[in-house]
Amino acid sequence: MEMINIKINGMPLSVAKGTTILEAARSAGIKIPTLCYLKDINEIGACRMCVTEVKGARSLVAACVFPIEREGTEIFTNSKKVQDSRKHTLEILLSNHDKKCLSCARSQNCELQQMCKDFGVEDENKFEGEMQNHEIDNSAPHLIRNNNKCILCRRCVAVCKANQYVGVIGVNNRGFDAEIGCAFNKKLDETSCVNCGQCTAVCPTGALIERDNTAEVFAAIADPDKRVIVHTAPAIRATLGECFGMPIGTNVKGKMVTALKMLGFDKVFDTDFGADLTILEEANEFIERVQDGGTLPMITSCSPGWVKFCEYYYPELLPNLSSCKSPQQMTGAIIKTYYAEKEGIDPQDIVVVSVMPCTAKKFEISRDDQNAAGVPDIDISITTRELARMIEKEQIQFTSLPDSEFDPTLGVTTGAAAIFGATGGVMEAALRTAADTLTGQSLDTIEYKEIRGTEGIKEATYNVAGLDVNVAVVSGLDNAAKVLDKVKAGEANYQFIEVMCCPGGCVNGGGQPIQSGDTRNFVDLQGLRGSALYEEDANLPLRKSHDSPIIKKLYEEYLEKPGSHKAHDILHTTYVKRNKY
Amino acid sequence: MQKKISTIPFNGTAQQEAKLREMIAQYKDDPGAVMHVLQEAQEIYGYLPIEVQTIIAEELNVPLEEVYGVSTFYAQFSLSPKGKYNISVCLGTACYVKGAAQILEKASEILGIDAEECTADSTFSLTACRCIGACGLAPVLTVNDEVYGRLTADEVPAIIEKYQS
Repeated sequence: MEMINIKINGMPLSVAKGTTILEAARSAGIKIPTLCYLKDINEIGACRMCVTEVKGARSLVAACVFPIEREGTEIFTNSKKVQDSRKHTLEILLSNHDKKCLSCARSQNCELQQMCKDFGVEDENKFEGEMQNHEIDNSAPHLIRNNNKCILCRRCVAVCKANQYVGVIGVNNRGFDAEIGCAFNKKLDETSCVNCGQCTAVCPTGALIERDNTAEVFAAIADPDKRVIVHTAPAIRATLGECFGMPIGTNVKGKMVTALKMLGFDKVFDTDFGADLTILEEANEFIERVQDGGTLPMITSCSPGWVKFCEYYYPELLPNLSSCKSPQQMTGAIIKTYYAEKEGIDPQDIVVVSVMPCTAKKFEISRDDQNAAGVPDIDISITTRELARMIEKEQIQFTSLPDSEFDPTLGVTTGAAAIFGATGGVMEAALRTAADTLTGQSLDTIEYKEIRGTEGIKEATYNVAGLDVNVAVVSGLDNAAKVLDKVKAGEANYQFIEVMCCPGGCVNGGGQPIQSGDTRNFVDLQGLRGSALYEEDANLPLRKSHDSPIIKKLYEEYLEKPGSHKAHDILHTTYVKRNKY
Repeated sequence: MQKKISTIPFNGTAQQEAKLREMIAQYKDDPGAVMHVLQEAQEIYGYLPIEVQTIIAEELNVPLEEVYGVSTFYAQFSLSPKGKYNISVCLGTACYVKGAAQILEKASEILGIDAEECTADSTFSLTACRCIGACGLAPVLTVNDEVYGRLTADEVPAIIEKYQS
C-alpha cells in the first residue's frame, strides 16, 4: 500500500493513496458532516454537505467520494468558504421541506435539524418559493412515507436495493419533480416490499417513520376489562438504552422490565421463552427431516421479512422453510392457549403486545394461520422506538430506574434464546439442542464460534453425533439471495441455513433505535449490540433451550413432546407464494 | 414535469413481445443495458407501459422500479401510447414567441387530453415537441408527417376535423 503525505487543516498526515477525504479526516479525529453517504452502499456525493476545500482545486469537492491521489495535497474541512456552502445547502434543502419540526416523530433525532443547528441556519424560510405537495403514503402496515420531509439523499433506496435486494423504491421523475417512490407510482403496499423497515432506520429525517401503534397499547392498558400482557424480543434489551443516551451495547434488561411494569402492563413476559420453544420445535423438525429424508436444507423461519422475501422471490424454496412460527407468534400462541387455560381467562379478554426490533412483525401478526386460540396470537406489535416513545410520554426516567425481573411464569429463559437477536444465534441455539438430543447427553461444547460475528455469509461444518452438518448463516437479503441461488443451482450442500432479514440480525432490525449516518459509517453498531447478547448468554445459568424449566413443564403439562400433534396445531404455520407485480 | 401514465388498456401483440424478448436477449449480461433496452422497446411499442417494463425488469434481472426510474428521467421516453394521428405542437423558441402555447392549449381543449396523452379511442395523441427546424413557418404543428405552419389558434379545429371520422 503506497502511503502519501498530506495536510488536513494544516495538520500533517500520512494516508494510503486513494483514501477518501472523509476517511482521512476521520482518522485524524476530524468529523465531516454527511447526509447521503452510507459506506459501501450510497457513495454518491449528492447532498453536498461534506464539501471541503482542496488547495488548487477549481471548486469545493465532496469529501465522501474524493480520493486523495497526490503527495502534498492540502485540505481544509472547515474554512469560511466551506462553512458558507454548507449553510447555503441547508437553506436550499429547507426551501422545499415540510418544517413541522415540533410535531415530527424525529424531532431532536433528525440529522437535518441537527445540522441546521450546528451550521448556524438562522432563517428556515430564507428561500421562499414553490414547494412540492406530495401525497403521504400510509398504505403499508409498517411505515408511513411523507415525501414532504424527504431530502432525496437516497439512503433508503440504497439499503432497499444493495443490502436487501428488494429495490422497490427509487427516484422517479427529475429535477424539481424528482421524488422517491415505487414503479408506476404504486403505493408501497402494492409492491413486493418485505416490510423490513431498514429504510426507516437510515432515513436522516422524518420522511420515513414506522407506523406508530402506541395509541392502541395505551388504550388497551386503560381498558379495565382487558388483561394486557407484554413480551419483549431478545434484541430489545441490547438497544433500548440508546434511546435514552446510554452507550451502544448496554444491556438494559432490568430497567426495561421495570419501565414496562410502570407503564401498567398486567404481565411482563420474555419473548426469549418463545425463542427457547422455537428451538425445541425447530431442532426436532431438523432431526426429523434428516432422519426421514425430508426437504433439506432446512431454512429458519423466525424473521418475517425473510419469510415474505422467500414467498416473493424464491417461492420454489418454500418447502425448505421450517414450519415453525416465529418466537413472537409462539409466545402469543402459548399465552392465549396454555396460559389462558391455566389462569382461567378467556383469550378474548387478553391483549398481547409484543415489543420487537422489527417492523415486519407488524405485518406478521396479520398473517393467516397465526391464531392458535381462534383469536390473533399477537394483538399489537410495536418497535423498540415506539416503546421508547411510550416511556418518554409517561415521563419515566429510564436511566435511573432500578432493575426488576420478568414474570417467572413465562420469563425464565436461557442463553440460547438470548443470542437469537444476533446473526448466527438461532443456528447456535439449535445446534446446542440438536447435539444433546441426538447424543442423548448433556454436552459441554456449546459455543459455536465460527458462526458468530457480523459477516454477511458464514459457513461451517459441525459433527453432530457422528453426522457432519454443513451450515450457513446469512444476514441481509442480498446475501440471502446469493446463498439461495447457490442452493437452487445445486452448488451448495448445506443441511441447515439460518437467514435473518436485516444485516447483522435483529440487533440491527428496522425498528431499532435511530443512529446517525455518521455512527453507522464509523461505529460497529451490529457488533457492539450483538456483544451485549453474547455476554448475557455467557452469564446465564442455563444456556440450552431444552434445559429451561418452563419449557420442560410446558411439554409435560400441555404439548407432550416437540412436534406432537398439539404442538403442530399451536406452534407451526404455512406459507404462500406471492406475486412480485 | 411528471410523466403521465396512460390508463388506456395495453394491446401489445405476440409478435411485438417476441421481438422485445429477442432484443433484450442481446443485452442480457450488460450491466448498463436498461436505457438501450428502453429505447428499442419504445421503437417496438411506441411507448413503455407497465407490461413492457415488467418484461424488461424480469429479463434483465433488475428491479422494476429501476427501469421505471430511468423511463421517467429522460424526456424521450413516453408512458402513454401514440394515437392513430399524433398531433405534435412545436414549442421551440420561434414557435413559442409566435403563440405556440395557445395552439397547444386549443388542441388540448378540443381533444380533451393534455400534452403527452392519448384519447380513449386511440385516434389522437398530443405531444409538445422541441424545435423541428421549420422556424420560418412558425408556429408549426404536425399531424403524423403533415406539416401545418403560420397557424393561429382559430385554425386548429378545422385541422383536427380533417382527421376525425
